[in-house]
Amino acid sequence: MIVADALVAQNIFFGIIALVMIVAALKVVTTRNVVHAALYLVVVLAGVAALFVLTLAEFTAATQILVYIGAVIVLFLFGIMLTQARIGTETHLDNERKWIAGLVAVILAGVMGYALLDGYGDTMLDKNGELSVQTTAQVSDAIFSQYLIPFEVVSVLLLAALIGAIVVARRE
Amino acid sequence: MWLNQFLLVGAALFCIGVYGVLARRNGVMVLMSIELILNAVNINLIAFGAFNGTIAGQVFALFVIAVAAAEVGVGLAIVLAIYRNRSTIDLETANLMKG
Repeated sequence: MIVADALVAQNIFFGIIALVMIVAALKVVTTRNVVHAALYLVVVLAGVAALFVLTLAEFTAATQILVYIGAVIVLFLFGIMLTQARIGTETHLDNERKWIAGLVAVILAGVMGYALLDGYGDTMLDKNGELSVQTTAQVSDAIFSQYLIPFEVVSVLLLAALIGAIVVARRE
Repeated sequence: MWLNQFLLVGAALFCIGVYGVLARRNGVMVLMSIELILNAVNINLIAFGAFNGTIAGQVFALFVIAVAAAEVGVGLAIVLAIYRNRSTIDLETANLMKG
């Protein structure tokens, strides 16, 4: 009974989070104010972190908040600040092909939605009635044993991106 | 919870991101839409990781987050370079290599 109640509560929270995320994501791609778009993106990223918590992926949720909301959004705000003199609504944020883009997105959503509903129907995420917590210790064990080489490659990639960004953005 | 809840939310975010990439003409807004797409992928990775009971989903989601951070850094540097050379980040005007 307690398990069933918990599942209902999870589903209710999932619905709220999903609704807020979708609305905020739509505002990101439709709003006329660039700064507002960045702030709506914060809502979407926080919602993604909340979904990670719902699947008991705690370390990834913390990383999502630290890296995305902490760093990436600040980068975006700096980008907006450095490339745009005026802060406020703009009229030329969308190109003239946006109706075709909307059509593409709707068709893509239809195809993907049909494929997912057809393929996974009513498969439960928690097959045995409960999800297993994936702790930070397990994540670190996996990264530093099985996935050590990809991890080192990502380190080199970050260094390369750091140097590359400085070189590209530097004044001559 | 059904597996499809997460997959459908991921698909919706992905499609919204695709619309943003295709419809926006501001470079920074296109990068934001790419972030939406990458987050949709992360939701799928985490959902399938929890579904299969393996840690691989989380590990690859972390790799995606790291690569996304690198991508934003380089992408914004490129946008800044375009702005310095052309005084605009309207992607319609970035047609130097158009054949």
